[in-house]
Amino acid sequence: MAKITLQSLLMLLVMTVVTGLLYPLVITLVAQTVFPKQANGSLIMVNGKVIGSALLGQKFSQDKYFYTRPSSTGSYPYNAAGSGGSNLGPTNEDLIKQMKERADNFEKTNHGNSKIPTDLITSSASGLDPHISVAAARYQAQRVASARRLNVEIVRNLVDKETEQRQWLIFGEPRVNVLKLNLALDELR
Amino acid sequence: MSSADITQLLIYVIALTFLSFPLGLYMADVYDGKTTILARLIGPFEKLTYRLSAVDSSTDMNWKQYAVSMLLFNTIGLIAVYALQRLQPFLPLNPQGLAAVSPDSALNTAISFASNTNWQGYSGEQTLSYLTQMLGLTVQNFVSAATGMAVLASFIRAFARQSTDKIGNFWVDLVRTVFYILLPLSIVLALALVSQGTVQTFNSYAQYSPIEAVKDSNGAAVSAPLIALGPAASQVAIKQLGTNGGGFFNVNSSHPLENPTPLSNFLEALSILIIPAGLCWTFGKMVGQIRQGAVIYVSMFVIFLAGLLICTLSESAGNPLFHQIANLANISNMEGKEVRFGIFNSTLWATATTVASNGSVNSMHDSLLPMAGMIPMLMIQLGEVVFGGVGSGLYGMLVFALITVFIAGLMVGRTPEYLGKKIEAYEVKMASLIILIPPSIVLVGTAIAVSLECGLSSLCNHGAHGFSEILYAFSSAGNNNGSAFAGLNANTPFYNVALGIAMWYARFWLAVPALAIAGSLVAKKTVPKGAGTLPTDTGLFVVLLISVVIIFGALTFFPALALGPIVEQLQMVFKK
Repeated sequence: MAKITLQSLLMLLVMTVVTGLLYPLVITLVAQTVFPKQANGSLIMVNGKVIGSALLGQKFSQDKYFYTRPSSTGSYPYNAAGSGGSNLGPTNEDLIKQMKERADNFEKTNHGNSKIPTDLITSSASGLDPHISVAAARYQAQRVASARRLNVEIVRNLVDKETEQRQWLIFGEPRVNVLKLNLALDELR
Repeated sequence: MSSADITQLLIYVIALTFLSFPLGLYMADVYDGKTTILARLIGPFEKLTYRLSAVDSSTDMNWKQYAVSMLLFNTIGLIAVYALQRLQPFLPLNPQGLAAVSPDSALNTAISFASNTNWQGYSGEQTLSYLTQMLGLTVQNFVSAATGMAVLASFIRAFARQSTDKIGNFWVDLVRTVFYILLPLSIVLALALVSQGTVQTFNSYAQYSPIEAVKDSNGAAVSAPLIALGPAASQVAIKQLGTNGGGFFNVNSSHPLENPTPLSNFLEALSILIIPAGLCWTFGKMVGQIRQGAVIYVSMFVIFLAGLLICTLSESAGNPLFHQIANLANISNMEGKEVRFGIFNSTLWATATTVASNGSVNSMHDSLLPMAGMIPMLMIQLGEVVFGGVGSGLYGMLVFALITVFIAGLMVGRTPEYLGKKIEAYEVKMASLIILIPPSIVLVGTAIAVSLECGLSSLCNHGAHGFSEILYAFSSAGNNNGSAFAGLNANTPFYNVALGIAMWYARFWLAVPALAIAGSLVAKKTVPKGAGTLPTDTGLFVVLLISVVIIFGALTFFPALALGPIVEQLQMVFKK
């Protein structure tokens, strides 16, 4: 028993050094050398300031920006240091109530001239979803164009340009990265 | 299902089958002690490890020595994880200055990771320092997976050897699993994930200035919002490969910095099943009959595919209650899902992560529609034998195979045998323990929790769905899965302790009887096939085995499921 205990201790020590120290260190070293941008969070710099990550959504509330999806992260929406989903079940009345409220808000700004894409009024799994569906982007184009006094065609073209297809044309879903789209909008003039 | 979904499904299935096969044959060589292609590179480190830990790699153990080594090693690992969490404020690599974890939560997490469950009551980015994640959790990700695979290797040897009491050397099986299988695969996967955007850094959380200023719920400005970072990719790789499932961040693989793109999602989802699937072929090769491995693989695969189709079709139907919302484009259930994955990649993951005892998630299972959410729960309740945990899933399935030949033997009145070994009273008793313990833990645990105020006060949803949250929690812990209906606030003393106990027994009270079966079978002579032998490498046996697994699981859990997801489905359909 004493011998096995000693072996267990020593084995755990060796495994800790190999899998707990060397392994993450080697991966970090290679990652920081070969993929420095990705390994550090795909941060976006504008005028020398970090304004966010290309992979993380942010909350937008002004009419001139495309909105991201509702977020249920801790403390405040799109808290990138406190990811979380709503975990509301499918028959929970709060879920339907929240969705109705969000839908009403969109109806006001969009004048009910087209149907609301569901992803725009449901909260994501991470609370940090950077994307909306292509339909959700097109749905908002008129509002953004009016707020910016732009021809709606210009905004729609920008949405098309920023649309990401399925990866390798196979994997995942077509989508629009909202932060990138909004940055592209700000660069229009 | 759209044609795009079907294409992705086909690619997944083809990749799984064609990659698991060569991997399985390679793993057989690892456990048979043969020289592999990595031997020249890794061999010296392997020998050095034996020397440093005072292990004699040339002697084999009997089942009791094997079990004691396994238990002691895992217990000491558990204590180390507990200590790291309690001491993290005094240790380095804690850039956010995170405090010591509370005793009940630290105990729960220690058991959780030592038992290959990776149930998470805490939120990763808000609780654990980089050091705790690396030295505690990442290490247990490796060694708990390797423990399961080691026990499996010795279980298979019980059929491959005869008339001996030696089932292998635990230390050798452990070290060879980590060095020759888990580490090489993890390195490849980790780097692939980083290329897609999974973070891997020791920098502290990044401060940033979002385009619109951030306000908290009281309307006060948040002056310095942060982006959580860390050495995630290295941990994500092994948590996917070793059926661990414990996320680096709170929301696991739905977090964009843990699973950034559809391609990273495909790789992570494939990694969930690749080793458990490969071990079927390892089994076939080690017992010298690949067809026996193929039968197990096909049986698992059929149950997986059936579950996946039911889950996907139910979820794709959408939520009829959404019809209450005027002017909505469709009723697709995107609550708790990420746009880049959509419905299909979420249900594929939900099914894969629960047939295997992985437990990582890329969508919130709590928000799945009732029938779609029942599938992950049922897959866990089948006992984590459909692919299951690495190693533990296959020895669980082989125990079901023993039960199947036993039942078939009863019907024709002959002594049952499997792979030439006679199955007698002792084996059947141990097998019964293995298949009865998890359901007992699940049902008794659920019953206690729903009767106590401290069990009910943690609920996020109420009514039938609330019952499902508790049933899911005990199913997950009682079968070492680790996923959750995460609305349940499980970071309370009651749940931390109750689920901790469940995870401990589900892991080690199954591994020890499995080793006992191995010890008993390895001593027996291999008898040649006779006229009364039930062939176990045929389609008929596939049907029998699937039937036994499904009937046993369904009979045990149907009443409980009727109170949860089934009632909720009816409520949903009739409320609209």
